[in-house]
Formats: sequence, structure tokens, C-alpha cells
Amino acid sequence: MNLTLRVWRQSGPSDAGRMVTYKVEDVSPDMSFLEMLDVLNERLIVEGDDPIAFDHDCREGICGMCGMVINGVAHGEQRATTTCQLHMRHFEDGAEITIEPWRAAPFPVVKDLVVDRSAFDRIIQAGGFVSVPAGSAPDAHSVPVRKEDADAAFDAATCIGCGACVAACPNGSASLFTAAKITHLSLLPQGQPERLSRAKAMVDQMDSEGFGGCTNTGECTAVCPKGIPLDTIAQMNSDYLKANAK
Amino acid sequence: MKFTEGPEIRDTKAPEGPVEERWEKRKFGAKLVNPANKRKLNVIVIGTGLAGGSAAATLGELGYNVKSFCYQDTPRRAHSIAAQGGINAAKNYRGDGDSIYRLFYDTVKGGDFRARESNVYRLAQVSVNIIDQAVAQGVPFAREYGGLLDTRSFGGAQVSRTFYARGQTGQQLLLGAYQALERQIAAGTVQMHTRHEMLDLIVADGRARGVIVRDMVTGEIERHLADAVVLASGGYGNVFFLSTNAKGCNTTAIWRAHERGAYFANPCYTQIHPTCIPVSGEYQSKLTLMSESLRNDGRVWVPLRKNDERAPGDIPEEERDYYLERIYPSFGNLVPRDIASRAAKNVCDEGRGVGPGGLGVYLDFRDAINRLGRDAVEKKYGNLFEMYERITGENPYDVPMRIYPAVHYTMGGLWVDYDLQSTIPGLFVIGEANFSDHGANRLGASALMQGLADGYFVLPTTIGDYLAAGPFGDVDDEAVAQAEIRVRDKIDRLLAVNGTRTPDSFHRELGKLMWDYCGMERTEESLRKALERIPELRAEFWQNVKVSGTAEELNQVLEKAGRVADFFDLAELMCLDALVRSESCGGHFRAESQDADGEALRDDEHFAHVSAWEHGGEDGPVLHKETLEYEYVKMTQRSYK
Ligand SMILES: Cc1cc2nc3c(=O)[nH]c(=O)nc-3n(C[C@H](O)[C@H](O)[C@H](O)COP(=O)(O)OP(=O)(O)OC[C@H]3O[C@@H](n4cnc5c(N)ncnc54)[C@H](O)[C@@H]3O)c2cc1C
Ligand code: SF4
Ligand code: FES
Repeated sequence: MNLTLRVWRQSGPSDAGRMVTYKVEDVSPDMSFLEMLDVLNERLIVEGDDPIAFDHDCREGICGMCGMVINGVAHGEQRATTTCQLHMRHFEDGAEITIEPWRAAPFPVVKDLVVDRSAFDRIIQAGGFVSVPAGSAPDAHSVPVRKEDADAAFDAATCIGCGACVAACPNGSASLFTAAKITHLSLLPQGQPERLSRAKAMVDQMDSEGFGGCTNTGECTAVCPKGIPLDTIAQMNSDYLKANAK
Repeated sequence: MKFTEGPEIRDTKAPEGPVEERWEKRKFGAKLVNPANKRKLNVIVIGTGLAGGSAAATLGELGYNVKSFCYQDTPRRAHSIAAQGGINAAKNYRGDGDSIYRLFYDTVKGGDFRARESNVYRLAQVSVNIIDQAVAQGVPFAREYGGLLDTRSFGGAQVSRTFYARGQTGQQLLLGAYQALERQIAAGTVQMHTRHEMLDLIVADGRARGVIVRDMVTGEIERHLADAVVLASGGYGNVFFLSTNAKGCNTTAIWRAHERGAYFANPCYTQIHPTCIPVSGEYQSKLTLMSESLRNDGRVWVPLRKNDERAPGDIPEEERDYYLERIYPSFGNLVPRDIASRAAKNVCDEGRGVGPGGLGVYLDFRDAINRLGRDAVEKKYGNLFEMYERITGENPYDVPMRIYPAVHYTMGGLWVDYDLQSTIPGLFVIGEANFSDHGANRLGASALMQGLADGYFVLPTTIGDYLAAGPFGDVDDEAVAQAEIRVRDKIDRLLAVNGTRTPDSFHRELGKLMWDYCGMERTEESLRKALERIPELRAEFWQNVKVSGTAEELNQVLEKAGRVADFFDLAELMCLDALVRSESCGGHFRAESQDADGEALRDDEHFAHVSAWEHGGEDGPVLHKETLEYEYVKMTQRSYK
């Protein structure tokens, strides 16, 4: 396949940035999207150009490090798929593909397609945990957990912290990410003691990081590679209201 | 490559007495640090995977002043996140005959009698606490309808002791450790440095006292000082270029510590995982593992006939060879990894492999789907099937998966004693980065167990014993300056070459060479060839590598070049170690040392030892042996027939 890429290039936070066009030839349909970029980068290096910087690590859809807006859609058009798991067989020969970084004020661009998502860590710091120091835990079977609860908690816990939800949201809201963690822990007996204080602290931190409010557009869950459902946000709001009513 | 032999290592600091009492004894004997002093003691932890994340969090909880580093943008992305199948623990919740002793026994045997009994016993003991800790943190393990934890079987064991969270056990355990770590960051006991790469170790007055790191965003070279340094930087499987490891996994942290004096143990022990998605083309950047848990229900086969080009569905039952079930009737598809991998290689070498290039075997779920129903299979393995389909474009519910072995894990690593301390006082090494518990072959679901055992339970106790003598005062300026100069020099040299080949192109070539000559099967001839080729390729690297950009910015080419440079040096030591160890054991298969059936043949008379290599500079490395003694598990040739 032969492709035309239009890629966002920005040398650093103070650079205004611009789209640059590249031609890539002989792309195999079995390549992953990142492998296609690898091939381009190898060429750029040899030609003495600056290769395109992008984040990635596991290339298995689990670490959450990769993320690009491809043809206007966070992680590309294929649903429930991270950028690294996207394969070229889903593109047409001769296609033109635009590639941009996550765009959201709380995720400033570091370079090219690399953004700073440390705001997510600070939301977790605010309360996304169970306070249980190593060595203090009771036997794992001392508290049975209903299978339905364990499964639902797991589904929420699969969030990989990639930030696609924020990039897709017209308001730049981090509600889906925050709600996923709140829901995971509030569904389990172990998460109950800190349930309301956790919801309050995390939501307040999310707001103070400058993420926008949720207006239920559902764009987040549509691009989420792990299919985190929108009803986690309802769960978060309910816990948050209860916490504030206290 | 030249090498010399130095004095044996005799003291591993393991307490004497019955094996079940040793850890208790050590804990009681370890000096305690006065709580008021802990704030004054600084500890650096490199890595935020299961080992480093749990260690940094726990040291913070204990009140130490911790600095934690990782190369990703957040600690939650460490390679541990990718572990799929599960974590072992001797809970015996099923009453199927499991016990601490059995887990200990299975691990020593599975490691082909090349691990230390004292360490392995402790690991089995601590395993039960890990599950308790993880559940209390809210790790959503799989459960049964009664609300209790579910388990499954893994290779090399006949009991069901593997706890799991669908196919994402590593992710869930790591998020547990990450959340504990973030809690300590919020509490101010841990200072987190993301996108920072350790490039050297500071050793002053014979003690590890800090690290030199590069801020990967600004390029700034920083010095961080401490009373002790913990390396939890993971394994070095990426020396083969293609592996199941995350792209950033590297040997730099442990290799540079090795250059500063830490011995490197058993570098040649590599695990090749039997069930990975085969290579599809030249551009391939990494390989994807299909969890070993699939072997619980999938059956491995190849056509009986050579070069059989028929579609798998057209090959009748009697023309299929379920070779694992045939050769190993009692373990069948669940034989340990090294055995399953080599068996796959053998059938492919015979010309019976399937898929492009004949480098693949089938992993077939037809019978499981008929027996359990498609829904049940989907519940158990749905996400893995999806992953497979995404990568290959084939649907494993309809056609069998194609799999082939790939590099997955490195049992070798920095040598540590019972306290997990390296040969440099004050330098501790945990998780995959050390060599400690798996001998010559790691059993499935035991790496997560080891990383968390080290980080939550073992290191926090043993490091206290060392730190009780601290704080160790000011660090010699000269030692710090030296380390910094070395780092800057290396970066300048890499940038100055300005040749015509990318770091990745060298890495690919090195990886291919290692796979061909030091991979699943090694011979004296192949290893000698590798030892000739590696220095040539390294010389070319230093004359012809092209690193674009500058040192003062985010520069992924420069990061890569530094890692590849270290892989060259490590690769050479791996081949030397493999050459010197002329026996076969576990994942190290020397073709010269096999029995009549083609199984690995150990040579306990000459090789029942750990090979710990001291960096020797110009005169080549120095080999120190640590003799292994088996008081509890009788040394036998492993048999899974
Ligand atoms: C695909 C896959 C599946 C697996 N499945 C299982 C399983 O089911 N069960 C099981 O028991 N094991 C499994 N394993 C093995 C297991 O995941 C690893 O051995 C284990 O997670 C390693 O943990 P660690 O903490 O030692 O290192 P890692 O998780 O690799 O963490 C290394 C850390 O060090 C940091 N780092 C590295 N170098 C530097 C440097 N120079 N400077 C600064 N920071 C650095 C990284 O940023 C990272 O934070 C699997 C492995 C793979 C590849
Ligand atoms: S909720 Fe989904 S899109 Fe958002 S960070 Fe988590 S995995 Fe990514
Ligand atoms: S690189 Fe890890 S999720 Fe894409």
C-alpha cells in the first residue's frame, strides 16, 4: 500500500506546531500502525531529519502509553482498539491519513505526538486507592465478594489511563477515567470505608486540573479502547453528591 | 572472548537450620531502624513495575524517604502491566494437595535444580501474603459464584494454584501497587520522577550511594544521592530485539551497575515462551504472547506429513500429530515452557510447521468449544482471542491459532544474596532484574509472585538491616563527578558518530544473531560464531550509527542508541556464559548435552552452581561460582512424561 500522512509536528511546548505531509510506500497490510510509523522514522533518521516522536511501550493495548488522533478520532476509527493494536489492513491503498496528538488543555504537548498526562496521576493521588499498608491484610477469603460485583469491578478496573476519553470529549472532561476508578473501588467491600471521601477528593482534583464538565455526549465511551461504560459516570456523580450532602 | 576464574562465592547470608525456619530467623535477626531515623534515610528505587512499585510504596509506608524513577510517563505503565495469565500462591484454597512445600518443590524442580533452596522456600511462604495484600487493595481477581477466589492450572504444576483477573492479572496487580505508590506520593514519602532514565550508578567508599539519570524531556543530566539504591528495572529479553517485552525494556540500569562492580549471574538463562503469535514480516517490531493459560483447553498439533499445505480444517484427525500429548502423556499440553518450546522447534525443523515459512504450530480450541460451548470458551479467553484476531486477522473460534516460541523472560540477572543485596553494598536488586528464584527455567505465574514477594515483603525487611547502620553521610564529590562524566561522554560519543545506520537496524541485526546462535538451541560452534560476530557488529555500531537530534531535548533515537550499546556488551557475556556452561538445563539447551530422546541433559557434577560474572574490563570477565546444594528436593533429571 502507498499512503500519504499528514502529521502534527511540534518541536516543544513553545513551538506553535504545524501539519507536515509525508509519503510512505510499500506498507504491508499486516503491519501495525506504529510499525508503519517506525518505517517512516527509520527513513527520516537516515535522511538526517528529526523522526516523529510518539509514546508507546507495550504495543499490546494494555499499558496505555500510545495514543494519537487518527483521521479525527482518538485511537482511530476501529472501536475498542488502541493505536498500537490498529493494523494497516483497515486502511485503503492510497489513503490520506491525518495524525495528531491528544488535544486538551490539561494535556500539554511535550513534542510532536507526545503529551503530558500527569494530571491523571494526580487524580489517583487524591484518593484512587484503598489505604492498606503492606503486611496488614486479613486472609483473602475472610470477605467473600459476589461474583457479579467482582466482575463489574473488574470491567471498570480495566481502564488503561490512555486519555482518549479526554481527547474525544468536546469539553475535555476526564469524567470517564475518574469514574472508572471510583466505580472499580466502590463496587468492592474493600473500597467501602473510603468510598465517599474518595469520590469527593478525586472529582475535586479532576476539576482543579482544568478538565471540563461532563454533558453526557458519550464521545468518551465511543473511543475508549476498554469499553468503559458511561454508567460509571452516574455512579461517580451519585457518590459525589452523597459525599457533599454529608 | 577471554575470561578468568576468581574465588568462589561461599556466603549467601541465608540462615542455617530447617528451611521452613530460615526466613523467620532472618526477619528476627534483621536490625530494626528507629522510626524517627527513617525519615533521614534516603532510598532510590529504579523501576515501578510490580517489584519496584510495591517496594517504593512499602518503603514509603515504613517512613523512609524514597525517590522512585521510571522511563514511562507514569509509573502505571511498567512492563508488568502486560502479564496476562496469573500469579501463583500456595493457598491451597481448593484442597487439591497444594502446600508451601509443594510450591517450593515445583519451583526448584521446574527451575531444573539451578535455584537456591532457601530463596525459593521463602518465596513460597510469602506467596500467600501477596494474595491477601492484593485483595485488600481491591484487586478484582476472578471469583466463583460462592464469592471465593477462583484459580486455574499453569504449566509445570498438577495443582490449581494460579489466581487470575481474566487475562489481565499483571495489569490489576500493578494497578494495586501503583495506587499504593500514588498514595505515598500524596503523603510525601515518595518523590516520583517519571520520564527519567538511569544511566549510571554512583559508588563511593565501596557503597552504592546514588544514580545519574537523564531527564528524557529536557535532556538534563541529574545526580540523585541516597543511602541505598534498589534496582527493579526488569528483564533484558529485548537483547533479542524481537520479544514479548515492552519496547522500552532494556538492560541499561543493571548493565551499568554491573560495570560498577555488581556481579551478573547466569546471563544465558533465557525463557522462550511456547505460545506467541508468529512473526509476520521484516518490519515486525515486537511479538505478542498468547497466555499459557490457553494450554489448559487448547490442544497443540501439527500435520503428521511434512509440508502439508492443506487448511487445518481439511486435515483429518488421524493425520494430526498432537505431539505434546503423544510425547508427554502425564503433563500433555501443560509441560513446562522450555519443553513445549523446544518441541515446537523440533517439529518445525522436521518440516511439519504451519503458516508462512513453516514457523508455527496449531493451538486448537475445536474440542474445547465442542465440550464446553463457545460461550464458556469466550468467557475464559475472550480477550485473548480478540487480541489474536486483531493482530492476525484470523478468527480463532473458526480456525486454530498459529503459535511459535518467542523470547519472553530472563532468569539471569544481577547476583544477589539472601537479602537481595548485590555484590556492591547498598545496592539491592529485585524482580526480574535479579537472578534469584527461578533457576534455569521459570514456571508460569511465578514472576508476578516473585516481584511482589520481593517488593512488599522481603526487601523492606532486609534493607532495614543495612540501613540501620546509616545514614552514611556525605558522598564523595569525586565519585559523583566521575559517574556524571562517564554518562556525558557516552552520550557525546553516540551523537558524534553521525554514520548511516539507525540504532534499530543494529538492534535488529544483533537480535537475529542472538536468536540464531544463542536462542532455543545453542552449540559450541554457534556460540563461538556469535562471540566473533558481536564485537564486529559493535565496532560497526560505534563507527556507523546515526543518532539524529541533540542531547538537550526529547530524543528517542538517542535513548534507543544508548540501550543498544549496552545490549551489545550484555550479548557478549550471555554467549560466553552459554559457552562455558556446556550442560543443558532448563531454558539453556546445549545440543551437545541431550539424552537419547532429545531431552535436556544436566551435568550436576560440573555445573550445579550459579555462574556469577564480575566485570573485568580489558582482561575479560571473571567467573565466580556459587555452589548449589539440595538438602530437600532430591536432584533428579526432570521428567514430565
Ligand atoms: C507478555 C507477558 C506476559 C507475562 N505474563 C505473566 C504471567 O501471567 N505471570 C507471571 O508471573 N509473569 C508473567 N510475565 C512476566 C512478568 O510480567 C515480568 O517478569 C514481571 O512483571 C517483571 O516485573 P519487574 O517489576 O521486575 O519489572 P518491570 O515490570 O519490567 O518494570 C521495570 C521498571 O523499570 C523501569 N526502568 C527500566 N530501565 C530503567 C532505567 N534505565 N531507568 C529508569 N527506569 C527504568 C521501567 O520504567 C519500569 O518501571 C509476563 C511477561 C510478559 C512479557
Ligand atoms: S476510560 Fe477508556 S479512554 Fe479513558 S483513559 Fe481509561 S481506557 Fe483510556
Ligand atoms: S503501546 Fe501500550 S497500549 Fe499501546
